[in-house]
Amino acid sequence: MKVSRFWAWATFIVGAAYFFIPLIATLEFSLRMRRGEYSFDAYRVVLGDIRFQETFGYSVIIACFTIVLGVVLVVPTAYWIRLRMPHLRPVVEFITLLPLIIPAIVIVFGYIRMYGSNSPIPFLGSTRGTDVLLIIGYATLALPYMYRAVDTGLRTIDVRTLTEAAQVHGAGWTTIIARIILPNVLIAVLSGAFLTFAIVIGEFTMASLLNRPAFGPYLQNIGANRAYEPAALAVIAFAITWGCMSVIQVLSRFAPKSANNPN
Amino acid sequence: MSETFLSIQGVRKAFGQTTVVTDFNLDVDRGEFISFLGPSGCGKTTMLRMVAGFEEPSAGRIMIGGKDVTNLKPNQRNIGMVFQAYALFPNLTVAQNVAFGLKVAGMPKAEADARVAEMLAIIKLPDFGERYPYQLSGGQQQRVALARALAPKPKLLLLDEPLSALDAKVRVSLREEIRSIQKKLGITTIFVTHDQEEALSMSDRIVVMYDGRAEQVGSPFEIYNRPSTKFVANFVGTLNVLDGVVSNPATATVRVNDREITLKKGALNGAKAGDTLSLALRPEAIVLGKQAGRDSTLGGKISDVSFLGSVIRVRVGVGKNAVSLDTFNSPTSPPPVVGEETEISFSAGDVLVLH
Repeated sequence: MKVSRFWAWATFIVGAAYFFIPLIATLEFSLRMRRGEYSFDAYRVVLGDIRFQETFGYSVIIACFTIVLGVVLVVPTAYWIRLRMPHLRPVVEFITLLPLIIPAIVIVFGYIRMYGSNSPIPFLGSTRGTDVLLIIGYATLALPYMYRAVDTGLRTIDVRTLTEAAQVHGAGWTTIIARIILPNVLIAVLSGAFLTFAIVIGEFTMASLLNRPAFGPYLQNIGANRAYEPAALAVIAFAITWGCMSVIQVLSRFAPKSANNPN
Repeated sequence: MSETFLSIQGVRKAFGQTTVVTDFNLDVDRGEFISFLGPSGCGKTTMLRMVAGFEEPSAGRIMIGGKDVTNLKPNQRNIGMVFQAYALFPNLTVAQNVAFGLKVAGMPKAEADARVAEMLAIIKLPDFGERYPYQLSGGQQQRVALARALAPKPKLLLLDEPLSALDAKVRVSLREEIRSIQKKLGITTIFVTHDQEEALSMSDRIVVMYDGRAEQVGSPFEIYNRPSTKFVANFVGTLNVLDGVVSNPATATVRVNDREITLKKGALNGAKAGDTLSLALRPEAIVLGKQAGRDSTLGGKISDVSFLGSVIRVRVGVGKNAVSLDTFNSPTSPPPVVGEETEISFSAGDVLVLH
C-alpha cells in the first residue's frame, strides 16, 4: 500500500471513529433501559410521553411556518438580486451570514427589548404574537442556509433570459416567480426547507427564552432529569436530521434539467 | 400599398457615459422581414431590446401599429420573441411552453390546446408535445421557441440571433423554415444577426449597423452590390481593396499601379486629379486572364492557391495590394501555379469607390 493511501485511510478511519463511536455508544446506551437486556423501552417511554408529542408537534408547525416565511422572503430577494442588482450580492450575502456570527441569545434579547408588551410592536404581548416572533427568529437563524440553497438553485438557470421570455409572453412578476422561477429552483428551495426544519426542531435558546413549548427545551429538560430517555431522544433527533438530508439527496435527482445552455 | 407598421424615430440609448445606439430611424412595413446586421457591440441587440421593451430609450420613440409603445412594459406590447439561448422553460413540457402565452392571456383551455396543436404542426413537431426541453435537440428547441413566440399571434416577431447556437447544417435548414413560416403568417419580423449570409438570404431589407448607427438600410441586393460606406462594403461579403490615384476626374480615369482604369461616369464626382482613393471589387467580379466583356485589366503575380473542392481560391499580388478571386475547379485544366505572372480582368462597372 502506498504511503499516501495509508494516511488517507488512517485519517478517514480516525474521523469516522470520532463521529460514529459516540453515536453508537449513545444508541447502545439508549437500548439498555431494561436491566440485563437490550430493549426499546426508552423509545417507548419517550414516544409515549404526551409532552414529546406536544412539543414535537408544536416545533413541526413552527418549522412549517418558518419555511413558508423563509421562502416568501428569500426567493424573491435572491431572484431580484440576481436579475437586477448583482452588485448588491456581496452585501446581501454578508447580511445573510450575520445569524451565524451573532449568537441566537443576542438576537432573542434584542427581540425581547424591541417587541416587549410595552413596545409599539408588542409581539410578546400575546401567545400568538410570541409564536410569530419565534417564527421570525427562526427564519433569521435559517437565513444563511435558505439563501445559499436558493442562490445556488438560481445559478443553475438563466434567470434573466427566462424572465425576459416570460415577460415578452405577457407574464407579470407574480406569474414569473410562481410559474417559472420557483418551479425551477424548487429542489434548492426544498433543500433550504429541510435544513430549516432540522434547525427549528433542535433549537433551544430562542424557544426557551421566549418561553414557548418547543422540542428543543423539552430535549434539554429530559436530558437534565432522566438517564436513558435523553439518549433515545438524541438518536431520534439524529434520525430526523439524517432523514431530512436523505430527502434532499433524493429530491435533487428530480431537479429539472436545464435546457437553457445551448451547449 | 405598403403600410408602416413599426416606426423607430430618433432613438438613442446610453448606458452611463457610453452611447450604444445613436439617432436610429427606421420604418418597417407590415409583414416585412428586416435584419439588423453588424459586428459584436454595434448596438443591434440593444436596439432590438428597446423594441421589445427590455431597455428604455434615452431619447426618441418607438411606434407599433401607430401606437407609441416607448414607455410600455414588455408584457404589454404583444410581441413574440425568440432568444439565442432558446429560453424554453425547463419545468414545462413542449406543449406547456407553447401554451404559456395563451394561458397568461387567459385563453380557454380547448382553444389553447387547438392553437398549440396548430403551432406544433407548423414547426413539424406534432408528436413532441409531452416532451421536456432537455429531451430535444438544439434545432428542435429553437423551433419550439418559435412556436411559443408565434402562438399568441403577436403583432411583431423579434428574433435575437436565434441560429447562432446551432450547427451549420441545422442553421441553414432552420433559417429556411423560419422564413417560410414568417411568409406564411405574414408577421412583421426583426431578425438580429452578425452572420451576413443569414441576413442576405432571409431578409426583405437589411439594416447594417456600426458603432450604434444604421450605416445603410437596403435590400440584400443593394447592400451587397451598392454599399454606401466603406464599412458596409468591407463587412458584407469579401472585398478586394486597391489603392488608386485619380488621373482625370472628367473621364473617371484612375491609375492603379502602372495601368489606367476608366470607371463608370460620375464615379469620381468631387474628386480632383492626384487624389488617392480606395477601389473595391467583389471576388466574383474578377477573372484570371483576359475575358470578353471585362474591359479593365491589371497585371500581378499569383501568391497563393487554395483548393476548396468545387472552387479554387487564388490570391494575386497587384502592386502593394492583394486580390482574392475564385475560379471553378475543372478536372481537365490544372490549377494556377504560385509565382506565375498573370493578368486579372474585370468590368469598370463593378468597381466600387469607397468613401
